[in-house]
Amino acid sequence: MSKPTDLVQGTLDLLILRMLALEPMHGWAIAQRIHQMSGEVLQVGQSALYPCLHKLEQNGWMRSEWAASENNRRAKYYTLTKAGRTALDREVAQWERLSGAISMIVRTA
Amino acid sequence: MGAPVRSYFDDCAHCLKFTAMRLRAILRLRLRSLFSGARADRELDEELQYHLDRQIEEYLAGGMTPAEARRAAMGSLAGLQLRREECREMRGVNPIDHALKDLAFALRQLRKNPGFAFTAVFVLALGICASLAIFAFVDAALIKPLPYRDPARLVDLFETNAHLERMNLSYPDYLDWKQRNRVFRSFDVYQQNPFLLTAPDGAQPARGARVSTGFFQTLGVAPVLGRDFHPGEDAPSAPRVVILSYAVWQTQYGARRDVLGQAVTLDGFPHLVVGVLPRGFHFASVGHADFWTPMQPTRPCDANRACHSIYGVARLADGLSPHAALANLTIIATDLQKQYPDSNRDREAALLPLDQLITGDIHPMLMVLLGGAGLLLLISTVNVGGLVLLRSEHRQREIAVRTALGASSGRLIAQFATEALALAAGGSALGLALASGAIRLLQKLVPQTFRDGLPFLDDLGVNGHIAMAAAAIAVLAAILLSLPPCLGIWSSDLRKGLAEASRGSAGTAWRRLGSHLVVLELATAMVLLVGAGLLSQSLYHLMRVDLGIVPDHLLTVEVAAPRTVYSTAPKVIALSRRIESEVEALPGVRSVGLVVNGVPVTGNGNTTWFHIPGRPWHGEHYDAPERDVRPGYFSTLGARLLRGRDFNAADTPTSPQVAIVNRAFARTYFPNEDAVGKQIVEHTGSGVTIPIVGVVDDVREGSLDAVIPPVLYFPFDQRIDHEFSLVVRASGGEQGLLPAIGAAIRKIDAGIVSRDRMTMIDRIRDSQSAYMHRSLAWLVGGFAAVALLLSVVGLYGVVAYSVSRRNREIGIRTALGASTAAIYRMILGDAGRLIAIAAIAGFAASIAVAGLLRGLLFGVRSWDIPTLTIVAGLLSLAALLASLIPARRAAAVDPVESLRAE
Repeated sequence: MSKPTDLVQGTLDLLILRMLALEPMHGWAIAQRIHQMSGEVLQVGQSALYPCLHKLEQNGWMRSEWAASENNRRAKYYTLTKAGRTALDREVAQWERLSGAISMIVRTA
Repeated sequence: MGAPVRSYFDDCAHCLKFTAMRLRAILRLRLRSLFSGARADRELDEELQYHLDRQIEEYLAGGMTPAEARRAAMGSLAGLQLRREECREMRGVNPIDHALKDLAFALRQLRKNPGFAFTAVFVLALGICASLAIFAFVDAALIKPLPYRDPARLVDLFETNAHLERMNLSYPDYLDWKQRNRVFRSFDVYQQNPFLLTAPDGAQPARGARVSTGFFQTLGVAPVLGRDFHPGEDAPSAPRVVILSYAVWQTQYGARRDVLGQAVTLDGFPHLVVGVLPRGFHFASVGHADFWTPMQPTRPCDANRACHSIYGVARLADGLSPHAALANLTIIATDLQKQYPDSNRDREAALLPLDQLITGDIHPMLMVLLGGAGLLLLISTVNVGGLVLLRSEHRQREIAVRTALGASSGRLIAQFATEALALAAGGSALGLALASGAIRLLQKLVPQTFRDGLPFLDDLGVNGHIAMAAAAIAVLAAILLSLPPCLGIWSSDLRKGLAEASRGSAGTAWRRLGSHLVVLELATAMVLLVGAGLLSQSLYHLMRVDLGIVPDHLLTVEVAAPRTVYSTAPKVIALSRRIESEVEALPGVRSVGLVVNGVPVTGNGNTTWFHIPGRPWHGEHYDAPERDVRPGYFSTLGARLLRGRDFNAADTPTSPQVAIVNRAFARTYFPNEDAVGKQIVEHTGSGVTIPIVGVVDDVREGSLDAVIPPVLYFPFDQRIDHEFSLVVRASGGEQGLLPAIGAAIRKIDAGIVSRDRMTMIDRIRDSQSAYMHRSLAWLVGGFAAVALLLSVVGLYGVVAYSVSRRNREIGIRTALGASTAAIYRMILGDAGRLIAIAAIAGFAASIAVAGLLRGLLFGVRSWDIPTLTIVAGLLSLAALLASLIPARRAAAVDPVESLRAE
């Protein structure tokens, strides 16, 4: 089974958690928001998004509920849980350490 | 200082609560996806649908036509089904959900093909039933520990010499061994002892044992009621006490607690009941003993070092091996030999771990049966494996299609493994149910006389061990059964599977595997058949062994008269004459004989030591079983007097002693001479020379398969005993005569007991060697018959399948002019090759396995070429006949039909 290759492994978790830290939102909105906030650089494929959402929910980092969407249809909204927030802090710290390290290598090389 | 500590605990408590909450949430989600999987799937569909709609809207807003927008959106949601599957996997339902789905699917598949399912489960159940039933016996006899504390530290002690393996100790020897040894924590002795129990309606035989007072402590067994024997209660003058078995307490004393303090009259003496043994206690060496008394050395034998009547049981001192203990005992025995040459010459000390003594006899038999059942189980599993293989071959296309639709090979294997497990579990459950019946049946077939020595077989049945064995067999069988389809999945070329319609070159690998399985089955069946052949020949030889007597219409009864009443020799002789004449007077009785020390076939009784005067004698002694008989004993048995004379009325207590010997005796001690007229001198007697007056042909005194030893016969009147056996020759209807004999004896004196009333035919049939050979022959024969059937059917399946796959090829051959004979040759040639390989492999394996049977065979060698040849021939013939059916079908193939069918 193919795994998403358009993002560094594991960073999708971070992005989703970061988006949900703003407000509860549904899958489509998460993908759109990532697209916009990355300056239209990152495109999250649905094929990667939904399994990831389900995994994070299964981890207990977010919970979901059905609610009316902005266009008045039923959509599944994901909300960050307390565990999710802790996880986000951890992921952010880790990402900063990793990206800093990579930048350092890239710049000095 | 307190604050940080508290905050740490706060944190921890907080985080614990937090983790608990999270775990609850996770659990809820998993359960939801498991139990309301359909709802979760619906929600997932809705979620994905929402995404799709929004994507389409966006594309429409970007100026695409509705059709284009839809196509583009669908494209971006590539592999919708796969996404779903991934999401489901992320939901973590898979392990349980898949297993349940697989199970449902497997059951549906099996229901769709009930013939296959039923056959597979039944064939498996056959093998499993046989294995479990035998295993129940093995478990009871060899695995379950004896009901004593730390039984591995217990040893049985006895004496041995060059002729006899296990001989009794004498009481004085016991005292010396006990006092001098440095290797036992405790050392006690026991003796099987039938009692005369005084009951309101006369004397009754009672089974009992005499033991030294520490006996139960040595075993580590305490009475459930009352007390153990006190030390000193085995002193000659101590008050007489008795401990009851649990069974007799339950049945004869109503399980009342006030049985303690009651008196029981045994052998004419009142004994005070002081205790009751625990339920489930048994001591196989004395059979079923209900009355246990302390061994008070008051009998003449107990004071005589040359009178050997007891066995020892001891608990090894900590850290000592039986081997080390034996070394110490050997020194003691050697000292005793020097000290008491008259009584102890050549008598060596010997010991055996107690469990080996008790189960040693049936150990090899059980191992052979377990091996046979195991082979049958192997065949039945392989047979079902062949069926599964055939089925999975039929399902090649299904596998290919499912792989193309995205099923991972792991999922496919799990699917087949589940089917295998369902079959194996079904077979195991049915096998277990059948086994519980088979165990009861086999248990009933064990003759009572034999069962007394195997008390652990009494509470056989399906227990935890058996259920565990059934589960283990099911798992193993499931693994074996899932192998063929899994091998197929790994090796199968997906596209070939899809392309493969009915034209059939692709099945060769499968067919080869099927052929290997059939060769394995046939070879295993051959091993079982050879085993059955050898064992049934043993049984045949055993049942036709020359007994030296005419066993038909012959009855045997053991009689015990109270010593207290018949206290002198004339009284005993008068009583025995009276019993003889009363029984002889019964209608249907032709003649009556009397013998001390046991009737033929029952085993060795006492022996006597002698030497032959006039021969150089250096103190060595000869040892021969002794039988004391009345005139008419030999003629009643139908024994053949070869030379000299029988005892007669002139051989009285006061007349000179005389002896008759058997042929083995004459041959051993007087080869190429006439034994009649020769003399012997007994060691135990007064040293008088006793002339041999006759030679009788060998009577099988011991077990059927034992070598007949030299035997000495003396006149009963010259050596009386209170216990003797009657042999009664009837003119027919002997079963009805047995109770009449008992009644006639009771009428003479209600204090006399007659027991073990049996016909000689029953005695032979129930003797240990006959029972062991019979059950071995029948059980292994049964296993072999089933094995033959299964393997031949397996071969039929493979050949028939091969013919069906080669229908087109055969059609072409026929069209090109191949004769019917050529087609037959082709099919039977293929089958013949398999059979030949199986026969050769089976031949080799049989020779190896038959070697293991050597100890159990009688009158036939383990590498009996006729048996091997006949079995190989029989197997090949049966197998060829089975292949003839599909070969005929092949020969009848109509080329036009078979080609048009493509």
